[in-house]
Amino acid sequence: MDDIRKKAKELLENKTVQVVIGYGKGSGEEARAIFVRDAAKTDQLIFDETCLQNLAVYILKHEVKHLGKIAIVATSSVLRSIMILASEQQLKDGDLVVLGITSDGKYIDLPNFKAIEDYLATLNVSITDKEKELLKMIDAMTMEERWAWWQNEFSKCFKCYACRSACPMCYCPKCTTDSNQPQWIPVASHQLGNMEWHLMRAMHLAGRCINCGECAKACPMDIPLNLLTYKMIDEMNANFGVTVGMKPDAVFALSTFKNEDKENFIR
Amino acid sequence: MSEKNLYLPYSMIIEKVTEEAPFVKTFRLKFENEKEANNFSFKTGQFGEYSVFGEGESTFCIASSPTKKGYIECTFRQAGRVTTALSNLEEGNTIGFRGPYGNIFPIDDWKGKSLLFIAGGIALPPMRSVIWNCLDLRENFKDVTIIYGARSVADLVYKQELRDWEERPDVKMVTTVDPGGETPDWNGEVGFVPTILEKTAPSSKDTIAIVCGPPIMIKYTFPVLEKLGFSDDNIYTTLENRMKCGFGKCGRCNVGKVFVCKDGPVFTLTQLKQLPAEY
Amino acid sequence: MEIEKKLLKKASLEKLFEKLKADGKKMYAPVKKDKLVNFALVDTFGEICDDYILTVKSAKSVAFPKIEKIVDYEHSKNSSKAIDIDVSNFPEVVLWGVRPCDAVGFDSLDAIFTWDYKDNIYLARLEKTSIISFSCFKSDNNCFCTSVNGNPGGTKGSDILLTKISNGDYLVEIITEKGKQIIAKAPELFEAAPTEEKDKNLTNVPIKFNVKDITENSAKFFENDLWVEQSLRCIGCGACAFVCPTCACFDIQDESAGKNGTRLRLWDSCCFSLFTMHTSGHNPREVQSQRWRQRIMHKFSYMPERLNVVGCIGCGRCSRACPVDMNISEHLINLAEEVKK
Repeated sequence: MDDIRKKAKELLENKTVQVVIGYGKGSGEEARAIFVRDAAKTDQLIFDETCLQNLAVYILKHEVKHLGKIAIVATSSVLRSIMILASEQQLKDGDLVVLGITSDGKYIDLPNFKAIEDYLATLNVSITDKEKELLKMIDAMTMEERWAWWQNEFSKCFKCYACRSACPMCYCPKCTTDSNQPQWIPVASHQLGNMEWHLMRAMHLAGRCINCGECAKACPMDIPLNLLTYKMIDEMNANFGVTVGMKPDAVFALSTFKNEDKENFIR
Repeated sequence: MSEKNLYLPYSMIIEKVTEEAPFVKTFRLKFENEKEANNFSFKTGQFGEYSVFGEGESTFCIASSPTKKGYIECTFRQAGRVTTALSNLEEGNTIGFRGPYGNIFPIDDWKGKSLLFIAGGIALPPMRSVIWNCLDLRENFKDVTIIYGARSVADLVYKQELRDWEERPDVKMVTTVDPGGETPDWNGEVGFVPTILEKTAPSSKDTIAIVCGPPIMIKYTFPVLEKLGFSDDNIYTTLENRMKCGFGKCGRCNVGKVFVCKDGPVFTLTQLKQLPAEY
Repeated sequence: MEIEKKLLKKASLEKLFEKLKADGKKMYAPVKKDKLVNFALVDTFGEICDDYILTVKSAKSVAFPKIEKIVDYEHSKNSSKAIDIDVSNFPEVVLWGVRPCDAVGFDSLDAIFTWDYKDNIYLARLEKTSIISFSCFKSDNNCFCTSVNGNPGGTKGSDILLTKISNGDYLVEIITEKGKQIIAKAPELFEAAPTEEKDKNLTNVPIKFNVKDITENSAKFFENDLWVEQSLRCIGCGACAFVCPTCACFDIQDESAGKNGTRLRLWDSCCFSLFTMHTSGHNPREVQSQRWRQRIMHKFSYMPERLNVVGCIGCGRCSRACPVDMNISEHLINLAEEVKK
């Protein structure tokens, strides 16, 4: 952690960046995002097991960008998010300074996208056994049971859109759900409106979600939205052999056609 | 419970549609229910919520004068979902209307004074109501000057009324279009409204100035008025913020502690200067 | 009305519930489902959860639901017609297990929904609602009712307040006429008031700031770097507003099915970037710091000044619900300190 603080201090002192996005002490058990703009305050940066948020959500935030060039304390979730943002032309190499950090808090020097890509290749980013278990539980349900299960979960939703807001991949300036000409998705948070919203979001994240789990964690009603996105990751792996968020110039499976693409969806 | 449903609109029949300019239309609306028509009254400056069922509601001022009885008019530009749906309607169709809401132009206080109306583009409608209201009570006021500008000749709204005002001996009418917006046969002024205002140089003595227009026009018009000697208390304008309810509940239109729907839409420059710049 | 005090034996609580239920009232009470405690329609006393600090969502939805029909309509090409909502058939509701802060929350909603224009739909729902509150014997760091004129055993806003005393029985405070009517449904259950002091059975919620420092000085900090500082990590969702007992901002949307449809009032939030956006694309509250300021100022400046009520009851729900730890009491303490600078 001292390395990160030192590096952050240096970057702010020599004005390479104007803000360091990192973790600081929160009001409760979990750390919170902090935005250090003063080299003297870099000792507020912390890193431990309470630092969970995927900070990449702030990279494209208008108000944060406005502060100037960004350095970001980057866990593997942040790094993978950066790879997606780069692949989607939202970030160029050198747009930000990446302060890589291992899960046990060691600083890793990642000067460019290539270094990030090489580092990510050394990590195991497959979904965890616990996540696999959850998927199994859903898969074991009959169609009717599954429908009922999700209806129950979606019935808790009140459309606060915390799932969308917490997601680094949900950066569209105008979300499909906010479009009213035509009104694709009902605004009201009733059964249909909730279901259409969550299915639309899951589909939009298929092949883009890096499984950081922010959507589920953000949900004040504890809807396990990550199960939808886990499932998508599983499907992407099975159908296209793709692990998303591993390189800065990825081509998205669902927006590309290849001759060898499976056609098993045609029935 | 004796209270009425605040959200229940009147049914209004579109009696007449006037194409004012590209994408700009005026509807003349008549109450479907005669009793409602008789109980209805409004004052100049007030606004309403106009609705197309299935699409939603949209907020605009009442563009006709309260002195014109038996109908109300609204002028709107086709821009969002509701105004697009409104644009597709025809004479004889029914729409919903709630109102009137908001405060008024205090024309009773203006008795005996001269009036200077300055409007730009699609912002003439809120002013048209007060212009006609004052012209219908012409003996109450001294000089009446109207300065109206639009981007181009085609964008001028109320073309017939502009001519009517032009021809009236008791109105000084100045019409202008932005440079490049003139046609070969255009015989009005060419220039931006603030420039033409400065050129026209109306007297500020015992005069009330009413300004409605796009933010950029307003921004450059106030300094000219100040130069001409108008005090902030004698300059009136209207604010437009996004609204849903129209009566101080939905929480959208407030500028600081001031709710445009209840405290406005009419404000003096003195009042405006006390507001935070969140409009 | 002077508050009347009684005793309700522990064993009689269920009987009171049964009486009210048998009277045909819809009983809404805290229920634990999938780990979260929230108000839900309950059939049996056994479903009610009594071990909770606060429900995740507030009790406001009983009078201000997330979706409310405000107008029905019929429309076709040549005719359209609005149809009024029949508010007379709204159900008689008992809100059971409300916390004293939540009960006060209805004051803020009342102030908004009756500000000159009286919202008959909200009022009709509220009129049919009786509030049976239970004093707080537990609290957490997010609670700050005592900083906003509240109290874990406060009677304001409730029809009846029950406080559990040391032997497990309840001290009953009958606060309103509605409360009296409820007691009258089962007078046999109530006995002479206990002598035990109420206060010693309440949780202690320390005062974190003086609310007047904020409400009376708000003009001083409208323009202040604090708003940017505080809101940088805000991600602009509506979680805070939707769990809040006093947030009343709403949207209006039409939903049609064929030639019939309904106009709906839906919860909305000032923290959403599109909330104030004009059709032209101009947005008076363009950045999150302005939207965050609006949220705080609305509750602590505009509402006190215009409606004579503080728009926050100190339940701390927003802090608990926030995905990014926008802790409201911490921010309010900062504001109160700012004033003293």
